[in-house]
Amino acid sequence: MSSSAPAVAAVQSPAAESRLARILGSSIGQKLVMAVTGVILSGFIVGHMVGNLTVFKGAEAINAYGVALRKFPALLWAVRFGLLLSVGLHIWAYLALSFKSWGARPQGYKVAAYKEASFASRTMRWTGPILGAFVIFHILHFTTGTITPGFAFKEGDVFHNLVAGLSYAPVAAFYIVAMACLALHVFHGVWSLFQSLGISQPRYESTARRVATLFTIAVVGGFVIIPIAVLAGILKLQ
Amino acid sequence: MNITLHVWRQKNRNAEGAFVTYQARDISPDMSFLEMLDVVNEGLILKGEEPIAFDHDCREGICGQCGVVVNGSPHGPRKATTTCQLHMRSFKDGDELTLEPWRANAFPVIKDLIVDRGAFDRIIAVGGFITAPTGNAPDGNAILVPKLAADRSMDAAACIGCGACVAACPNGSAMLFVAAKITHLGYLPQGQPERDRRALAMVARMDEEGFGTCTNHGECEAACPKEIPIEFIARMNRDFLKAALFTPAERAAASDGG
Amino acid sequence: MELKSNVPAGPIEQKWTKHKFEMKLVNPANKRKYTVIVVGSGLAGASAAATLAELGYQVKCYCYQDTPRRAHSIAAQGGINAAKNYQNDGDSVFRLFYDTVKGGDFRSRESNVHRLAEVSVNIIDQCVAQGVPFAREYGGMLSNRSFGGAQVSRTFYARGQTGQQLLLGAYQALERQIGLGAVKMFTRHEMQELILVDGRARGIVTRDMISGKIESHVADAVVLATGGYASVFYLSTNAKGCNTTAIWRAYKKGAAFGNPCYTQIHPTCIPVTGEHQSKLTLMSESLRNDGRIWVPKKKGDTRSPAQIPEAERDYYLERKYPSYGNLAPRDIASRAAKAVCDEGRGVGSTGLGVYLDFADAFQRLGVDKIRERYGNLFDMYERITGENPYQVPMRIYPAAHYVMGGLWVDYNLMSTIPGLFVLGEANFSDHGANRLGASALMQGLADGYFILPYTIGNYFASNKFEKLSDTHTAYKSGESSTAARVQKFLSINGQRTVDSFHRELGGIMWDFCGMGRTEKGLQTALQKIPTLREEFWKNVRVLGTGEEINQSLEKAGRVADFLELGELMCLDALERRESCGGHFREEFQTADGEALRDDQNFTHVAAWEFAGDAKKPVRHVEPLAFENVHLATRSYK
Repeated sequence: MSSSAPAVAAVQSPAAESRLARILGSSIGQKLVMAVTGVILSGFIVGHMVGNLTVFKGAEAINAYGVALRKFPALLWAVRFGLLLSVGLHIWAYLALSFKSWGARPQGYKVAAYKEASFASRTMRWTGPILGAFVIFHILHFTTGTITPGFAFKEGDVFHNLVAGLSYAPVAAFYIVAMACLALHVFHGVWSLFQSLGISQPRYESTARRVATLFTIAVVGGFVIIPIAVLAGILKLQ
Repeated sequence: MNITLHVWRQKNRNAEGAFVTYQARDISPDMSFLEMLDVVNEGLILKGEEPIAFDHDCREGICGQCGVVVNGSPHGPRKATTTCQLHMRSFKDGDELTLEPWRANAFPVIKDLIVDRGAFDRIIAVGGFITAPTGNAPDGNAILVPKLAADRSMDAAACIGCGACVAACPNGSAMLFVAAKITHLGYLPQGQPERDRRALAMVARMDEEGFGTCTNHGECEAACPKEIPIEFIARMNRDFLKAALFTPAERAAASDGG
Repeated sequence: MELKSNVPAGPIEQKWTKHKFEMKLVNPANKRKYTVIVVGSGLAGASAAATLAELGYQVKCYCYQDTPRRAHSIAAQGGINAAKNYQNDGDSVFRLFYDTVKGGDFRSRESNVHRLAEVSVNIIDQCVAQGVPFAREYGGMLSNRSFGGAQVSRTFYARGQTGQQLLLGAYQALERQIGLGAVKMFTRHEMQELILVDGRARGIVTRDMISGKIESHVADAVVLATGGYASVFYLSTNAKGCNTTAIWRAYKKGAAFGNPCYTQIHPTCIPVTGEHQSKLTLMSESLRNDGRIWVPKKKGDTRSPAQIPEAERDYYLERKYPSYGNLAPRDIASRAAKAVCDEGRGVGSTGLGVYLDFADAFQRLGVDKIRERYGNLFDMYERITGENPYQVPMRIYPAAHYVMGGLWVDYNLMSTIPGLFVLGEANFSDHGANRLGASALMQGLADGYFILPYTIGNYFASNKFEKLSDTHTAYKSGESSTAARVQKFLSINGQRTVDSFHRELGGIMWDFCGMGRTEKGLQTALQKIPTLREEFWKNVRVLGTGEEINQSLEKAGRVADFLELGELMCLDALERRESCGGHFREEFQTADGEALRDDQNFTHVAAWEFAGDAKKPVRHVEPLAFENVHLATRSYK
């Protein structure tokens, strides 16, 4: 085959595009979007987790926390919008990158042999949608009170809703499964962040893994302890 | 030893392919993997069947032309070893081996186990070089290169362009290959003037060629016969993002290598 | 045929400078009117193609691999010489020139060698500028080592992959020109025929190895940079695809073949394990800096090396050559290994091997130091042999590695066919009868970057070129003879595979035209080769068609040419009734077994002219004069 490349000088060099087009149009730029939105969402889950832990201080504490959150509706909606945008971009980047990757490997191997890919990295494409579904359920469950299996939703009584909602074992189990997905997703995501943003270097390699591990344990541990505490009877309705 | 082979046979780029089973008999453990295929092929020719087409040239692990996926592993099970340097003592009598070509949209199969890796050349052609026309060079020692930079550059320059990284990547991504070249040239003082342009142009071409993206599985690094590490991909990302965010469009285009 | 070397007059250190000034130039605006074909994309081919394109010529480049980066220059390990004298140890252009002439056993052209030494310094500069990651000292300066027994440190290196890094430099320069549209690259294309119009090289016929299409390519000059033909021995350190087809087709069109018998056998390769062997792997010569070579004193000693006491070991290189010891030059070390194996003292299951033992070095320097120096080579040895060289001594044996012979060229690198230039290992080269370590890379790049770009301009400026199209009869007849040859291979449908013929030819060449050659042996070979060739054309089996990838067909074309070349090599070896460098005629040796030159009768290049298929080729001579380095006997004792 005469594989002479088309004359590069003759075609419009992609280097000449605008900066935004360069970023959004390239695979590495899309990974940047994925990473930055991932950081924002990680920041949110840290805050959410810390807020949740007030449940252990009792009903008043968490109910007050709930009230405080709604004190400035404009700010709340700005944050909500920012998060929604992040989720949207995160999903957009995921789809853009995935379509590219699916197209890049139309035919797989008859015999598969993974050497280094971790369970977390291989399940990102499953843990992501599961988390998406979980978030929707979670909002309908505790924020709007639209779906309330096994309990009666009380507007404004966060403590009641939380403990009553999680007392129903199938729901608690779903929360725990979702948190396991979150662990996998966050672990691989945080480590990937170092790669995608170009922070990773040989001497940081083990640090990046350690940061990812500690972050995952702290955040997911903080979340998952609540349904466990409810099931174990440590947290109960007075 | 006797080995059963399930080999991907495909007449040409457009034909449908299929697995065909062959027996490799009386194989010596001292044979290289490709010598085992030579023996199978000699037998096929004498039986009047067309031999299995596979790419190879130097057979000493440096030219990068060979490459077969053995039981799902590009270049076979041995770490840091090209197919031509893999020996049959890595297998046991009675083993069943499935041999497949590199699988990636950007590497179309052209016959049996042979693929077209021309995309790699086209990526190099847009920026994988330092513009230094013959005769322009200053004295070799006029450009000082710190030893550690030279060593790191050499680690990346060791890439043989075999494409095992693409073959191993579940996303069919060529990022390890492109990152190796960007890192090789980017560690050297000579490579600085074109560093931004190189990153922008090579990444754009890589995307156009239809390679997938990196999801940090690390399979490329595990398959690489020259053990190129994936931190080089981080370095490429950094170079690209820096150039994409901070190099004005006019300048990126104007510093065209030509 | 007249062999005009066209060496410029004047003192040797001024010849090239003067010649560069005297050569005619092509006006920059006119350069794009000339098309140059470059066959081969190794160090010589890629550097020439890139440089010619930079100058403004239209370039078409061809290689049989899937990308130009795979040419076998990539496998060179050790390094590249240059007379930089960075180490302040007394090196100079003249010393590199002197060492190369002496190393070549006084069978090279002085003027060419001096030019090579002159441009060696520019090569390093060029490669550094391209980004070749040469080894550096902590201060950032280039690092050097002493190589192949040289007494100065003038070898530049990039780990054990110098050839790879230099080739990637040239390849990247070439790809840049391809990207700019200045070079049209044809990968997986094999040259099948040289086309002459009015006695000048004006194009080639190629076969597209994917579609099988046979096509003509028109040019104003043709450059062959197709490497060496050591694969004639079947087992060699060359790549499997290395072949003689391009230069052989040119020879049959009238290009003289210089010194075909000069071959280099490398002493440190991993021994053959059995019939199935397809390739021999070289272990860098640098191992001889710390390893000691020995065999048992007793014939047929099958004890494991550890059980053989010190007193029963023969460190034969140290015994025979006390001052150079294990670092004796390649040809001497190779012959000494063959001699002890012929005596029945060889080691390993085949008896064709000698030990390269690091036990002393482990004690003296420690295992870690040795691992640091040679770790990658030890790993490679372990991968191939399955033996751990940290525990048992390595086994090594000589293998065919490089050919000093090739198409004859004048000072301008032009063959006896006007417009046909030959570069790198493909020409009869600057190495005389033996090449020194780290000199092949130097020659390939010198030819491509710094010599051909000047001399080809002079050729264009001195001649008129009519515009040709590929419908000209010369191209059409080249295409039809190529197609007929393909059809012939496919129609024989005999009982033997191509490889079986190649293996048999290799055996004949190794036995009779290898490390030791005799009149009787060469005559035997000259009987066996034509018989084998005759059988090949009657009994070879090539399946499939010509219109697809057909690796047997590709090999058949190459082996058919090797079967003719082998005969010419034996003929040349027979007629050179002396021993020199890599050519060792057993009848011509000193009392203690060293090569004995006959300067009276053989201080010349033998250039063979093709006379027709059934006729004996004609031997012409180009006398060699040694005005700057005086003829002397090499001594490494």
